[in-house]
Amino acid sequence: MIKIDIHKKLHGSNGEMDLDVNLEIKQGDFVALSGQSGSGKTTLLRILAGLEEARGTLKIEDKIWLDDKLNLSTQKREIGFVFQDYALFPNMSVEDNLLFVNADRELADHLLKMTELNELKKRLPNSLSGGQKQRVSLCRALMNKPKLLLMDEPLSALDPKMRTKLQSEILQLHKEFQTTTIMVSHDPSEIYRLSNRVIVLSQGKVINDGLAKEVLLKTSGSQKFSFEGELLEIIKVDVIYIAIVSIGQQLVEVVVSQDALKNLKIGGIVTISTKAFSPTITAKTK
Amino acid sequence: MIEILQTIEFEPFLLSFKLAAITTIILFMLSLPLAWYLSQTSSRIKPIIEAITALPIVLPPSVLGFYILVALSQNSPIGLFFEETFGIKLVFNFTGLVVASCFYSLPFMVQPLQGGFESLNKNILEASYIAGKSKFETIIKVALPNIKPALMTAIIVTFAHTVGEFGVVLMVGGSIPGETKVASVAIYEMVEIMDYGSAHIYSVIMLIISFFVLLSVYIFNGRQSKKFGI
Repeated sequence: MIKIDIHKKLHGSNGEMDLDVNLEIKQGDFVALSGQSGSGKTTLLRILAGLEEARGTLKIEDKIWLDDKLNLSTQKREIGFVFQDYALFPNMSVEDNLLFVNADRELADHLLKMTELNELKKRLPNSLSGGQKQRVSLCRALMNKPKLLLMDEPLSALDPKMRTKLQSEILQLHKEFQTTTIMVSHDPSEIYRLSNRVIVLSQGKVINDGLAKEVLLKTSGSQKFSFEGELLEIIKVDVIYIAIVSIGQQLVEVVVSQDALKNLKIGGIVTISTKAFSPTITAKTK
Repeated sequence: MIEILQTIEFEPFLLSFKLAAITTIILFMLSLPLAWYLSQTSSRIKPIIEAITALPIVLPPSVLGFYILVALSQNSPIGLFFEETFGIKLVFNFTGLVVASCFYSLPFMVQPLQGGFESLNKNILEASYIAGKSKFETIIKVALPNIKPALMTAIIVTFAHTVGEFGVVLMVGGSIPGETKVASVAIYEMVEIMDYGSAHIYSVIMLIISFFVLLSVYIFNGRQSKKFGI
């Protein structure tokens, strides 16, 4: 069981705000931390790692990391951390990056085999692709059998295909090591696949906490489906208006009535949903 | 030609290199913690320390030499302390030259090291702390190996700069053969007595050594950046 109860004043891009987080996380959970940029996700992760100071209490199992009297140093916290930019040691080979953390050759070999990096173990990080680097970083983070694994947007710099592959590997590693994990992520499909709990931060406070399915699905009531997107343009065609909306990587056109037009603003976030019919789903042929 | 070379005294060169080597070793050990501190701190006194460290670059060597002379002579508390406690005189001998050189070459060691540490991706240092490694181990095993070009520049330029020093050495050490008469001072004296032949040979040797030292630094740094992408 991990108990988190911390407070910190942040001077972010949106002015001052208070980071106030009170959570309990079960042993072995995979928690996704989500929220807009500047909401305090990365700061929370860095406080857990002991890289930033905060007031409050942190308790991991029976061990206190932070309270009024004590602030356990990063070195003594036994954590794993996966950075968005990999942060591999450029002067060490793949294998040495792992062995630097813990000279357990057997574990290193095992991890490298699981992530298909065995043949690259003598290479320097500079000669690896982004996906390979992040796999090394993931293995390195598990080398000291951490009590808590922290990942700060680990896959956001990778292309979608590599992302899916790494998601399965993260899942596989989590199954085997049962490491309690907190991962910052913006990608709903990633959160859905990996996590069993989602925590959404806004302005330093937890505004949503639950199962991925409950938190992420945007449909409400009798809505059949619902998407959030950005309104790019409204075009007048004869007597009707057509709104161009960007949803994810795609653009869609929606007919808008004159009444509805009043509430819409170019650049604003809109929800597109339908109730009347059942959408059909077809597999995309390559 | 060979006859001329046989008449040349090589002692001033040996003295120059001995001085430069000792200065470089001492400065490396002193500058490492200082450069690390400056690269990691955001304290308000940082610019003050930086300014003091950089002073020897802009001060005329005679000013620096004058103050060192005043500070280390037997009439000053520091000079008196060393004389009475350790029986060491700090001016007009080799020890005095080493002390003066350490002041004179300080920025050439500190600045490249500090720049190197500052250019490091902070995350790799944090990754090392997370791996349970102390600050000292992180500096030795992670920071230094990844700033090899800066490290090389700091060491070589400090060495070369000390070999090339003239004003401070002359003020603090004078020109005692075998003790404080380094190559640059020897050249000055040869020119004074109009022995241009010897001055030429000494100068050419200095020029060639300096050029190849700098060339090797640039070649090394070019290779490093290709290999590690740093």
